Amino acid sequence: MTFNDTVMVLAADAPPGLLPAREQMAVSLGWHIILACFGVAFPTMIFVMYRRGIVRNDLVAVRLAKRWSKVSAVLFAIGAVSGTVLSFEMGLLWPGLMGRFGDVLGLPFALEGLSFFVEAIFLGIFLYGWGRTPPRLHQFMLVPSAVAGIVGTFCVVSVNAWMNNPTGFTIRDGAITDINPWAAMFNDLTWLQFLHMWVGAFMLVGLTVSGVYAAGLLRGRTDAHHRLGFTVPFAFASVATLLQPFIGHVVGLQVGLMQPAKLAAWELAATTEPGPAPLKFGGFLIDGEVRGALPIPKIGSIISRGSFDAPVPGLDSVPRADRPPVNLTHWSFQSMVGIGTLLLVVVLLFWLARRRGHDLTGNRWFLRFCVIAGPLAIAALELGWVTTEVGRQPWVVWQVLRTSDAASMSSGIWWSYAGVLVLYTGMTIAAYVVLRSMARRWRAGDEDLPSPYAPAVVAATSSDEQLEPVQ
Amino acid sequence: MTLAAVVAVAMFVGVIAYALFAGADFGSGYYDLTAGGGVRGAEMRTLIDHSIGPVWEANHVWLIYVLVMWWTGFPAAFAAAMTTLFVPLMLALLGIVLRGANLAFRKNAETFAQARFFGAIFAASSVITPFFLGTVAGAVASGRVPAGGYGDPIGSWINPTSLVGGCLAVTTCIFLAGVFLTADADRTGHPEMAQRLRQRTLVIGVAAGVIVFAGLYPILHDAPTLSRGLLGAGLALIVLAAAAGSITLALLHRQMPATARAFAVTAVGAVVAAWGVGQYPWILVDQLTIKQAAGADATLRGLLVVVALAVAIVLPAFGYLLRLTQTEKWSRT
Repeated sequence: MTFNDTVMVLAADAPPGLLPAREQMAVSLGWHIILACFGVAFPTMIFVMYRRGIVRNDLVAVRLAKRWSKVSAVLFAIGAVSGTVLSFEMGLLWPGLMGRFGDVLGLPFALEGLSFFVEAIFLGIFLYGWGRTPPRLHQFMLVPSAVAGIVGTFCVVSVNAWMNNPTGFTIRDGAITDINPWAAMFNDLTWLQFLHMWVGAFMLVGLTVSGVYAAGLLRGRTDAHHRLGFTVPFAFASVATLLQPFIGHVVGLQVGLMQPAKLAAWELAATTEPGPAPLKFGGFLIDGEVRGALPIPKIGSIISRGSFDAPVPGLDSVPRADRPPVNLTHWSFQSMVGIGTLLLVVVLLFWLARRRGHDLTGNRWFLRFCVIAGPLAIAALELGWVTTEVGRQPWVVWQVLRTSDAASMSSGIWWSYAGVLVLYTGMTIAAYVVLRSMARRWRAGDEDLPSPYAPAVVAATSSDEQLEPVQ
Repeated sequence: MTLAAVVAVAMFVGVIAYALFAGADFGSGYYDLTAGGGVRGAEMRTLIDHSIGPVWEANHVWLIYVLVMWWTGFPAAFAAAMTTLFVPLMLALLGIVLRGANLAFRKNAETFAQARFFGAIFAASSVITPFFLGTVAGAVASGRVPAGGYGDPIGSWINPTSLVGGCLAVTTCIFLAGVFLTADADRTGHPEMAQRLRQRTLVIGVAAGVIVFAGLYPILHDAPTLSRGLLGAGLALIVLAAAAGSITLALLHRQMPATARAFAVTAVGAVVAAWGVGQYPWILVDQLTIKQAAGADATLRGLLVVVALAVAIVLPAFGYLLRLTQTEKWSRT
């Protein structure tokens, strides 16, 4: 299935860098996007928590805000460097895209650079302002970071929206003319795609952070600290989870109109089906035939076209060389929708039960689900990116530039890809070790987490072992 | 001055800012690496953590600014450089990632052994990263990046000009870091450490000066276009660098590190600016001029909007951060 698609892409005179470039981009983007979500959503959550602490004189809330800001320092550091990897990769892996279209798509990246600046500066001011700036002023140092997160998301996603819906230029005799970078940035898809990603970031961060405290509640740590640490991010995630299916649906309708091949892959439509078309649940496309799908009559047209009797266009209307890898696109799409729906149901259950006076934070099965809700939200976000990126193939810029024409001709990319795999595995392990040890020390009552070079720590270590004079 | 030239100048201001601010952060890796173990090294490493911790991410963003200005304003030149200089750029990127990540890991490490592991990676990658960025500058400045890209993958960055660029980048970073750390140590009441840093910075400063001027010799033979520019329009900047560098050393010698900071910044900034002036009007020397490589006018005008926003929003905030970290207010730990 996927393998066959890959072979097909490779066979078509692809440059040697195409496959490793795609894999490297997928790994580094898939890794960074999780941290980018924290950069977008976490400052807002820390602000709300901190403000609550200041306004209500709630020391538990202030302590949570302080701990979260220490966690965010680690996450933002590795987010900043993994984002830099992507900047380099734009040129190192995709010179055919950047060299030809850099001045069409680049402007939002430049604006994103400014938001990254604002975020990094105010994060530095905020993190090092603990104990140095009065809290009433200190809390507002988070606001520029939160705003920059919104602007940055908009700018980056606008480039992806442009790749799906290229506007703001004309191609005449092979030359790119009439360039209008603002029209490219504010194309018809930008606002919807931005909303989808922005809300997705709040889902991911809210459910991941609340899941950490759900694990604590499960172990019987039912103090105010854990309850508040669960409730605030879960409330953010609830709003996002309730909105996301509607936003996603509208994005899907829009993209389906623009990219019939992607829609056909989502719907596993081998041939154009007259309306009302069925929805195919699961299943694979094997040798041009749909196998193993569970058809649900009629609702295919409603879901994918927003109409009772509109036909769903099939892959037979798309030239063979222009078809995306169907099964991967179909499964990632339906898994994303499935996870989103499941999260929606559980969030609804929680708030409905609460209205009726049942607090589900006392229910072990609910808490267990909350622990895995974070990983599920991460999976949904990754699947969403797989859906839109794989579903757009073989184009990097829809019907304008093929991915094979954008990729580097260099044959050394397998090496850099291997390096990225090793590096990111190492960073993941190190981040896990460090964050776990921070949580452990906090639980043990060590609030300030002294520098490992603090005189007391070093003196204690030095007496145990004779240290090497040079590292 | 054409629209393209204005954008190129705005981009190059970013190059200078990155060389100065991120350069000082990278350079501190050298003092970290050679701080020694145990209590003695701990004091230096605590100072370095405190000194670069709040600012390194903001300083790092200057690199992102340069990249986005480059690919948006001059896309063909960007693609040509990225395809030709794949190897040194990947190595620089590796260093950038390891430096940033491990600095954050070290600060929050639980044990001294862990901190030593992360710290060694942080410090080593800090020292080598500027070298690769310097070789990239040398490749561009010596006309080794062909306009169509995919130039010599090895010879483009292993050559006299690139090696001078790499060594120059490493030593100027260490020099800048030394001046700033000496001032920090002095201000935060660590006279013994300030003394140690001061002596080492003096040695490094002399070495950096020797490399700048001795490096001109191979460049004269290896990069004729650049040397014509350096000895023509760039000469005033080289003289300024020599003067400011000498004053920095004199001030350090007279135990005035806080005042020396401005002169160190001027000296290194003048060296980097001399490179920019020296290769004007080329963006890829002997291959593409700024005008030839420029993207659409509408996009260049858009970039000027970005620059205006940066001046209005980013610079005041950046200045505020520097003021907080470089003056008395936050020095009490």
